[in-house]
Amino acid sequence: MKGIVAFKRPDALTSKEFTYCPGCLHGVAHRLVAEILDEMKLTDQTIMVAPVGCSVFAYEFFDVDGTVAPHGRATAVATGIKRSLPDRVVFTYQGDGDLAAIGTAETIHTANRGEKITTIFINNAIYGMTGGQMAPTSLVGMKTTTSPYGRKADSEGYPIHVCELLQNLNGVAYLERVTLLTPRDIITAKKAIKKAFTAQVRGLGYSLVEIVSTCPTNWGLSPVESLEWAKQKMLPEFPLKVFIDKVGDVK
Amino acid sequence: MAEKILLKGNEAMAEAALRAGCQVYFGYPITPQSELIEYMAKRMPEIGRTFLQAESEVAAVNMIYGAACTGTRVMTSTSSPGFSLMMEGVSYIAGANLPAVFINVVRGGPGLGDIQPAQSDYFQGTKGGGHGDYRLIVLSPATIQEAVNMMFDAFDLADRYRNPVLIIADGLLGQMMEPVELPDFITPDRIPNHEGWALRGKGSREQHTITSFDLDPVKLEEMNLKNYETYQKIQENEVRYEEYLMDDAEVAFVAYGTMGRILKTTIRLAREAGIKAGLIRPISLWPFPEKPIREAAEKVKMVMSVEMSMGQMVEDVRLAVSGKVPTPFYGRTGGIVPTPTEVFEALKREWEALV
Repeated sequence: MKGIVAFKRPDALTSKEFTYCPGCLHGVAHRLVAEILDEMKLTDQTIMVAPVGCSVFAYEFFDVDGTVAPHGRATAVATGIKRSLPDRVVFTYQGDGDLAAIGTAETIHTANRGEKITTIFINNAIYGMTGGQMAPTSLVGMKTTTSPYGRKADSEGYPIHVCELLQNLNGVAYLERVTLLTPRDIITAKKAIKKAFTAQVRGLGYSLVEIVSTCPTNWGLSPVESLEWAKQKMLPEFPLKVFIDKVGDVK
Repeated sequence: MAEKILLKGNEAMAEAALRAGCQVYFGYPITPQSELIEYMAKRMPEIGRTFLQAESEVAAVNMIYGAACTGTRVMTSTSSPGFSLMMEGVSYIAGANLPAVFINVVRGGPGLGDIQPAQSDYFQGTKGGGHGDYRLIVLSPATIQEAVNMMFDAFDLADRYRNPVLIIADGLLGQMMEPVELPDFITPDRIPNHEGWALRGKGSREQHTITSFDLDPVKLEEMNLKNYETYQKIQENEVRYEEYLMDDAEVAFVAYGTMGRILKTTIRLAREAGIKAGLIRPISLWPFPEKPIREAAEKVKMVMSVEMSMGQMVEDVRLAVSGKVPTPFYGRTGGIVPTPTEVFEALKREWEALV
């Protein structure tokens, strides 16, 4: 019987099953990145840097060369790789604790150097791997295991807005905040990821796509409720926007 | 061999590293090693190598980790507080079996300390510093020429064992000038290409992954045991030391680096005064030259350690001597370099108490 392949696992993903919780959007984000690597024919020349956090095993899911950075240091590790092999494609995949708390200095300076790497930044306002502690992006009032009475602005400060911080740095070539809550959002996110990798391939500078995501397990909500909560609470705090685009139109 | 030229220690180590094949350097300014990073910043672009000043030692060591993942010869240099900041990354690099070279131009501590020469980072270099079961290969030069030659040894050892190598210099070696002969640049064919494990994009092969972890304790123990097999080989094959006037010695000094060098003058003073002193100078601090010290303890009356610290290496010396003879210690701390005469006075006190 003959047929056509309408849908399959991207070549840039291994056959290993994801270890993420039910309803977690890491799987969708992984798939989008993998589809772009395949479409742009970059899979064979890509090196990825996984973070410490829920996606610490991402190097096992992507069928590319990869390593795991110390917590927060993914963009420094990626810098070391890229400076050694400037013609390879290098990306980091980091969560909010990794990128915007412990790794803030590396994040800002990598962006400011215009390091020709790409960062996929998953912002779900909580530490997932360690069990639901307060993140730098946790919302004011949000209850976590380390802010059991709700995050208080006068003692813990405010959710940090990574794109808004990075948009003032000249080294950044592509910067967009997207989400994955609806099919339309997913299509937009995929386009953003493509532009980010295009910025790198063209040598334009640093590119980062922030993905506003969910954490059903640690938010204590069902997957569907999580999508709604993200829409109601997260998107007003983290508005979706193209902050920097030095890439222009991409086919 | 080239003619002798007068070079500052920091600059000599930098040039030697480049001649030993260092392709990429990441670092952060700190006294008393800053001439090293400055030399790299000027020299590396001239010869097509890659230099980058990191935003911190924390970032620098992780850039080293990334570059080492690609199998490229990479190094950094720093001084004590900076090396403390690198400890997490050093642990990861050791855990991931990556070759890389570090230079610590040690200064007085703890804390911000001062910027004078010291040897108080011995524990940090040889006993861990970072977390977990790992070992660094630790080398320590006593002259600038030895430091120059050591750079070649360091990169070769790092590549051969896929393990980080630390060179412990001190502020004196970094700052003083001496005439040195610089070996020629090594040819690229002398550098292993690490094709079997390096991250360079998978191309048509299977993916390579490099990590320093496994959540399964049984597997992590296997990883650590495998590393310890490597450490065992290093201990068997890579012990380096110098013996000086040990044939007829009644007192064996043990000292490394700058202190080992100063002791040669002390030994002359001692011999003029009728005390037959000799020196065992560890060049590899890990693996520690335990055997020559153990053997010396069979024939000398005293094994005296001298350090620019309150006594760190002396613990390894005492383990080697195992109580067979007295093992006094003399040291100055906080960036004070003992003079040959004051060590001689200390020796006389110990000797007179003994005989």
